Amino acid sequence: MAEAAAASAYRMGVDVGGTNTDAVILDHGLRVVAKHKSPTTADIVGGITEAMGAVIAAAGIDTGDIGRVMLGTTHATNAVLERRGLARVAAIRIGGPATKSIPPLWTWPGDLRSAVSAGEAIIDGGFEFDGSEQVPLDEDGLRRFVESLDPRPDAFSVASVFAPVSDAHELRAAEIIREVWPEARICLSGALGSIGLLERENACVLNAALVSVARGIVDGLADALARHGIDAVGYFAQNDGTLMAVDRALEFPVLTIGSGPANSMRGAAHLSGLSDAIVIDVGGTSTDIGVLASRFPRESAVPVEIGGIRTNFRMPDLLSIALGGGTIVAHDPAGIELGPESVGHRLTTEALCFGGSTLTLSDVAKGGGLAGFGTEPVDIDDDLIRRALAEVDDRLEQGVDRMKLSRSDQPVIAVGGGSMLVPDRLEGASEVVRPTDFDVANAIGAAIASASAEIDRLFSITEEGRDAVMERAKAEAIEAAVAIGADPDAAEVVSVEELTMAYMTDNILRLRIKAAGPLR
Amino acid sequence: MIEIGEEELEWLTLGAAVFGAGGGGDPLMGSIMAKRAIEESGPVRLIDLDDLDDDDLILPVAMVGAPTVMTEKFASGDEGPRIVAAVEAQLGRKVAAYSSGELGGVNGIIPIAWAALGGLPIVDCDLMGRAFPELQMTTAVLAGIDINPVVITDERGNVVSFTTIDAKWAETLVRTVVGAMGGEASMCLYPMTVAQAKTGTVRRSMSRAMEVGRILLQASDDPIGALCQAVDGYLLAEGKVADVDRQTSAGFARGSATIEGTGADSGRLLRMEFQNENAVVMENGEVLASVPDIITAVDVHTGRPIVTELLRYGQRVALVALPCDPVWRSDQALALAGPRAFSYEIDYGPVEEIHG
Repeated sequence: MAEAAAASAYRMGVDVGGTNTDAVILDHGLRVVAKHKSPTTADIVGGITEAMGAVIAAAGIDTGDIGRVMLGTTHATNAVLERRGLARVAAIRIGGPATKSIPPLWTWPGDLRSAVSAGEAIIDGGFEFDGSEQVPLDEDGLRRFVESLDPRPDAFSVASVFAPVSDAHELRAAEIIREVWPEARICLSGALGSIGLLERENACVLNAALVSVARGIVDGLADALARHGIDAVGYFAQNDGTLMAVDRALEFPVLTIGSGPANSMRGAAHLSGLSDAIVIDVGGTSTDIGVLASRFPRESAVPVEIGGIRTNFRMPDLLSIALGGGTIVAHDPAGIELGPESVGHRLTTEALCFGGSTLTLSDVAKGGGLAGFGTEPVDIDDDLIRRALAEVDDRLEQGVDRMKLSRSDQPVIAVGGGSMLVPDRLEGASEVVRPTDFDVANAIGAAIASASAEIDRLFSITEEGRDAVMERAKAEAIEAAVAIGADPDAAEVVSVEELTMAYMTDNILRLRIKAAGPLR
Repeated sequence: MIEIGEEELEWLTLGAAVFGAGGGGDPLMGSIMAKRAIEESGPVRLIDLDDLDDDDLILPVAMVGAPTVMTEKFASGDEGPRIVAAVEAQLGRKVAAYSSGELGGVNGIIPIAWAALGGLPIVDCDLMGRAFPELQMTTAVLAGIDINPVVITDERGNVVSFTTIDAKWAETLVRTVVGAMGGEASMCLYPMTVAQAKTGTVRRSMSRAMEVGRILLQASDDPIGALCQAVDGYLLAEGKVADVDRQTSAGFARGSATIEGTGADSGRLLRMEFQNENAVVMENGEVLASVPDIITAVDVHTGRPIVTELLRYGQRVALVALPCDPVWRSDQALALAGPRAFSYEIDYGPVEEIHG
């Protein structure tokens, strides 16, 4: 009965961005019933509460009919960038005697390291790429380190060499820590996937540092829901465009960092019905160009930095260009120059079309008949409009071309508040699609997101052969997606990356496989 | 003598990538290790062969194995002293200085970390003047210098020392030992006297790479022009990566990239073949550059080198070719590391003769 009720109920998506907090309500067919934009507030929760109230009022529905609420939020991002509310973490690496040439947290910015570190150690242990023990785990050394910590840290991070191949030493380490302090909060790197010890360890320590922030996110959502009398299941958006349940968000708050661009691209896929396309998201200050492959954002191949720290996060592969509705247009007889400065959130006071004195791309769009917003008429020279828009077209075309995977033309989906700047015809685009509700694609992306999981490991193909290994790895990825909430009947593999390794005598494949499915 | 501190390390990291010809392993991990070693133990002295006595012993070193493994199970930091101790015990004499076994890529940087921690200087030379995939592709082989004793160590402290009948056998045996050690290890090769090094190495290659890195970092207007000038290089073409085709076989990342000319090079179509490193550039059946000359793809805006693993459709690149050290141009050297050594049935022509 409960499942039937949930399936027939409405769902609400909320996306907290740098400028605006957007909220949408979708019906059971995932159609938009109502949408609202309000300014993001300093405490974040205030803006969320306001956006929820406004969108519920606009939809005119009973809050009891809202079965699920999906939130994409910048809480964790801001905590890291502003070094606020971070827990003090004991950073334990299991990898000695290897890896001692670069200690844990050594690459971190000094202020962040001193805000977070409650002690660092490299303990002997860890694995080889084939799952054999590098050296046995130094249990006594680990116990001595844990006992020596004074004051007691708020949380522990444990990262072992080749944990994605075998996490046995990390699990044993957690047991030992709990023998000393039964209530210890512990984050294990194996749960954060992917090869590359420094990046994975950084993510694990950051995650452990966010334990209190996680509590704040979850309580904030509960608080906002309670204020509107909504009794719904809450979910959090992750950086790969999928969702996690509340209990998982408490455990892995770091995965909420950077969910905005992924939500926007997933929303574009949903609104347009396209699964493979280029997405152009035009905001006030910048434009993000990304690629949808099988309905998911293509992910960046290079490590992503957060607050000056290299991590292994799977962020969408985005090209950001300084071009948006607020971009300032400078011109003289010699030519025109677009930005890179933008009037940003002051658009509604400084742009010509709002009675200000600065010529922006929004004014050019209005003068060229592409948009009807603003309070004042604009009078701009036709030639200037033509040249400015030609320059916009040129930059977008170059961006699309850089992001494409092949020479063939692909559809382009234009979303975001400034997307009127995307022309109807772009070189390299088979068509330009402008879905309805393009301005709240990010909140829609959060609302429609599915549950997903990824594995990233090395596999030996010497005994079973490549095909059998591939099947086994795919099944493992699907199982992992189901474990975090995907419907077992609908979960499927959405991406497969197969990497062979230079200079290896064995037949070793590195497989990165992602599976996803709609929420149960 | 040059002191290598943090700034010089940054220059060298960039220069080593230029001479890596798209391979040699990502210098980043090496650079982090060296940065920390310098912070711990102070700057490293880069000295000239002329600063040493002719019978002083120098020790070329390198990391070997799979770059992917190096990102997970990296060095403990005491590999250098362990190798030095083993070589000194075996030869009954002191090591005066390290040198780089391979200038291009990660191995241009690794000796900096070892030298800082071990208190030894580095001599300003290496055994390739670029990056090559195999241990026998060295200037030491051309000068008739014995590769032995070869000493390999892993981070646990295992030390394997062997004597082989030639460098090619060392290559075979080293790969096997490295596999058993977990896919990556540290080693020395071709220990030699200063007198031997004066003819058996590419001299002043480290300081040259450092200078190239500095010029590239400081060039704001025209980094590619500045790069070409700094390395006596030739801009083969500017264009867009239109296709990348990869296969991996027998431990080699082989493949090719197609570059469509843009701007002044519009209408041109170039094909670059790679085998871990960039090996040959062809246009309309003509060879524009080939190994052992150094072919590097750089970002068209920043001039930063792009390793072959990260070449992708749509990137705007400039293909720059620079002359290899002249020692690589004899018939004997071309048999060892010319186009045919990489199974390309073409004749080698020096890049400056093709484009001069």
